[in-house]
Amino acid sequence: MKITCTINGKTYSNDVETRLLLIHYLREVAQLTGSHVGCETSLCGACTVEVNGKAVKSCTMFAVQADGAKITTIEGLASNGTLHPLQEAFWNEHGLQCGFCTPGMIMASKQILERYPNPTEDEIRHGLAGNVCRCTGYQHIVNALKAAAAGARK
Amino acid sequence: MATTIAGVEKEKLVGKRLRRREDPRLITGTATYVDDIHLEDMQYAAIVRSPHAAARILSIEIAAAQNSPGVIAVFTGKDTEKVGGVPCGASLPGLRVPHHNVLAVGRVYFVGHPVAVVVAKDRYMAQDAADLVEVNYEPLPAVADPEKALAPGAAPVHPEWPDNVAFTFHQDGGDVDKAFAEADVVVKQRITSQRLIPMAMETRGVVAEWHGADRQLNLYTSTQIPHLVRTLVATMLGLDENRVRVITPEVGGGFGSKLNVYAEEALMGWIAQKIQKPVKWIETRRENFLCTIHGRGHVDYYELAAKRDGTILGIKLKIIQDVGAYHQLLTPAIPTLSVLMMPGIYKTQNIRADIVGAFTNCMPTDAYRGAGRPEATHGIERMVDILADELQIDPAEIRLKNFVANDQFPFHTATGLMYDSGNYAAPLKKALDLVDYGKLRQEQADARKQGKWIGIGISTYGEICAIGPSPATPAGGWESATVKIEPSGKVTIMTGACPHGQGEETTFAQIAADELGISVDDVLVVRGDTSIVQYGIGTFGSRGTAIGGTAVYFALQDLKEKIKKFGAVLLESDDVTFSGGNVVCNKTGQSKSLPEVAASAYRAMKLPPNTEPGLVSTRFWEPPNFTFPFGTHIVVSEIDGQTGEVKIRRYVAVDDCGNRINPLIIDGQVHGGIAQGIGQALWEQAVYDDNGQLLSGELTDYAVPRAHMMPWIESEHTTTPSPVNPLGVKGVGEAGTIGCSPAVVNSVVDALSPLGVRHIDMPLTPEKIWHILSKGA
Repeated sequence: MKITCTINGKTYSNDVETRLLLIHYLREVAQLTGSHVGCETSLCGACTVEVNGKAVKSCTMFAVQADGAKITTIEGLASNGTLHPLQEAFWNEHGLQCGFCTPGMIMASKQILERYPNPTEDEIRHGLAGNVCRCTGYQHIVNALKAAAAGARK
Repeated sequence: MATTIAGVEKEKLVGKRLRRREDPRLITGTATYVDDIHLEDMQYAAIVRSPHAAARILSIEIAAAQNSPGVIAVFTGKDTEKVGGVPCGASLPGLRVPHHNVLAVGRVYFVGHPVAVVVAKDRYMAQDAADLVEVNYEPLPAVADPEKALAPGAAPVHPEWPDNVAFTFHQDGGDVDKAFAEADVVVKQRITSQRLIPMAMETRGVVAEWHGADRQLNLYTSTQIPHLVRTLVATMLGLDENRVRVITPEVGGGFGSKLNVYAEEALMGWIAQKIQKPVKWIETRRENFLCTIHGRGHVDYYELAAKRDGTILGIKLKIIQDVGAYHQLLTPAIPTLSVLMMPGIYKTQNIRADIVGAFTNCMPTDAYRGAGRPEATHGIERMVDILADELQIDPAEIRLKNFVANDQFPFHTATGLMYDSGNYAAPLKKALDLVDYGKLRQEQADARKQGKWIGIGISTYGEICAIGPSPATPAGGWESATVKIEPSGKVTIMTGACPHGQGEETTFAQIAADELGISVDDVLVVRGDTSIVQYGIGTFGSRGTAIGGTAVYFALQDLKEKIKKFGAVLLESDDVTFSGGNVVCNKTGQSKSLPEVAASAYRAMKLPPNTEPGLVSTRFWEPPNFTFPFGTHIVVSEIDGQTGEVKIRRYVAVDDCGNRINPLIIDGQVHGGIAQGIGQALWEQAVYDDNGQLLSGELTDYAVPRAHMMPWIESEHTTTPSPVNPLGVKGVGEAGTIGCSPAVVNSVVDALSPLGVRHIDMPLTPEKIWHILSKGA
């Protein structure tokens, strides 16, 4: 089936198998390997991308369901060499170690801050509940979201 | 501290909370993990695995799979019989090592055992075809519990060893019989450290590429030990080691699970030769749960002898280690680390330990964060609490009474170790102050009157880090570094360590920048490619900085001497110093910058006496001892009387890892370690049923900590430098995990102590606690 979608501002048009998962479309057809496969069952969140403005686990969505969609992946967050404030905050606060969960974690964080511009620690932690990090114990990730939110308020 | 050169102060970078230099590629999605590698004409492999824990393979029908679209090859155990066995690198007297084929031959021994492999054009086609492989099995009785495996009449895992004993180990220290004879009190407890699943976020993965004309194999693999993988896979495949290149791109977490050599690494190397095309295999999460090593798996029987005043006289320990079906790389060595660590940081000189390793029809156990030391720490810290309860002594007081004293270092333990340095009371006292212990106990008493279940748990841990001196390790315990100062003065460090989240691209650069008086931006750290990096051991056992960093330090000392020599030639003076990035003539004050000196070292117009051109040094540093970090964790927990749920109200961690190079990274290591410790204490457990089926085989059933489940961690430190290495560092990768679980469990047992509860085995699930509360009420 032929699909057309916009990924990070660029139009992609491809013939795909109907069973092709969106994450595999992004990684193998569009060759955007920043989003990762951690569990194939939407439990870990490493594959989180933004589809039409909402954070979506792209391992449990078919590519054909994204026909006509506007998609943002981790590769599309920085603009003209300037990091997104969340990327900057994850870096400053040491919100990552091995980095495998990080792209999905940052995409999920983006949605949390859109919903809660001034989030409490509880809102951050519950907002991140769908994303597993095995390295950080989450504390520096919580700090990163607080810092990014504080930066946006300035 | 600062060095002054020509009036300019250069601030020291060691000790600074520098943000990491590896992060830009990780936060932009441009890092390359194994699954991000794409090679021309690359094929995909899918593995057919046993659904039975024990069965005879009667036949394997592969025709349908071979005819499936896109399939180019299907292989079974008959095809791969000449591939060498999956190696066990540890040895013990009398160790029974079953031959471990890369694909099962005739019989399967655990659920997930690889039976066949399908290679196809893409991953979907490979999986489609794998589903068409028909394996006819004759199921056999299985055993999945180590104590049941050792009982008479148990199903034999390997028919040649019907008692299921994989190994035994005995160690005596001091006079334990005398200690127990003289004791006023002996407390006994069976304590388990359950099987755990390491669950690195990136599953394992391999890409193999064969260049036939050169007989050269390139193997991209997600590992903690690229050079050891090269040596061992070359052996398994009968290839020349110097024609096997192992490349470890970004590694998405290991925690010990990638401190191994796996069947799939050799299998993909073998397939690439057979099909004459590159091949990729990426483990699914389900496979990761079933077929990547598990951790822990201890049943421990403890006896502690003491005087009435709380002085510990001796410890007896019997460990039953769940081995699983095979030995992976270090399986039998792991419980011996528990024995080494069994006295904790207490001065008792009398120990007796026995280990029985039991084969089970399960995935092998091996090193998982802490590897033997969390089990030992959990045991001794639980036993000390049980003794305190028996003698009605405060748990903080009984610990202070038994600590190795500051003037006893270096301290020789009954298990044969020499603790390098310590001040064990310092973190305990600091942690007690932080929680305001006296007031906290009063609050607890008040809360109890109101019917609340509040508990305070203390763990004062010690650990063996910087593993370790070569005679005490299975594969050599040194680490290597090559430091190159390029003609431009820029510095490249090639480390034999293989960091995968620990941040050594930053900490090693901090060390080099300080030693050379240059900017951290002028230093590049390279690791993880056996064709670029000199032979190395790898990253595990909290060894990266203490051993790998020390190798970097010594290579830098060589270079500093050489820089001075070349600088002296340029300045035409014998009296020079190198400081702040410049060689300075002490008489005239004239100076030459590092780039000027480096250029002259390569241009080589005039060489210093007995000096070769270039600025490169390679050092292999052999540590004279392990290092022994320590600390105190205190947990305040509250139990929901209705549901049995444990809530951690406060978590205070005071860790002493020696000198601190980057406290930001250290905090991250501590937090992450504690998360895995809390995971074990409260939620995580690999559960096999009696037939050897893994019931907790997915993230739906295996409860790793998520953000909303974790408490805020109050992290503090004390600093006791190690005398073992010139950096004075000890290691911190595993401290959080090792210190954590007994603090959590001690707090919950303390909360439930009014019911007469003295011990609960992990994980402390709501169900388990609810049953205790129901019975108690």
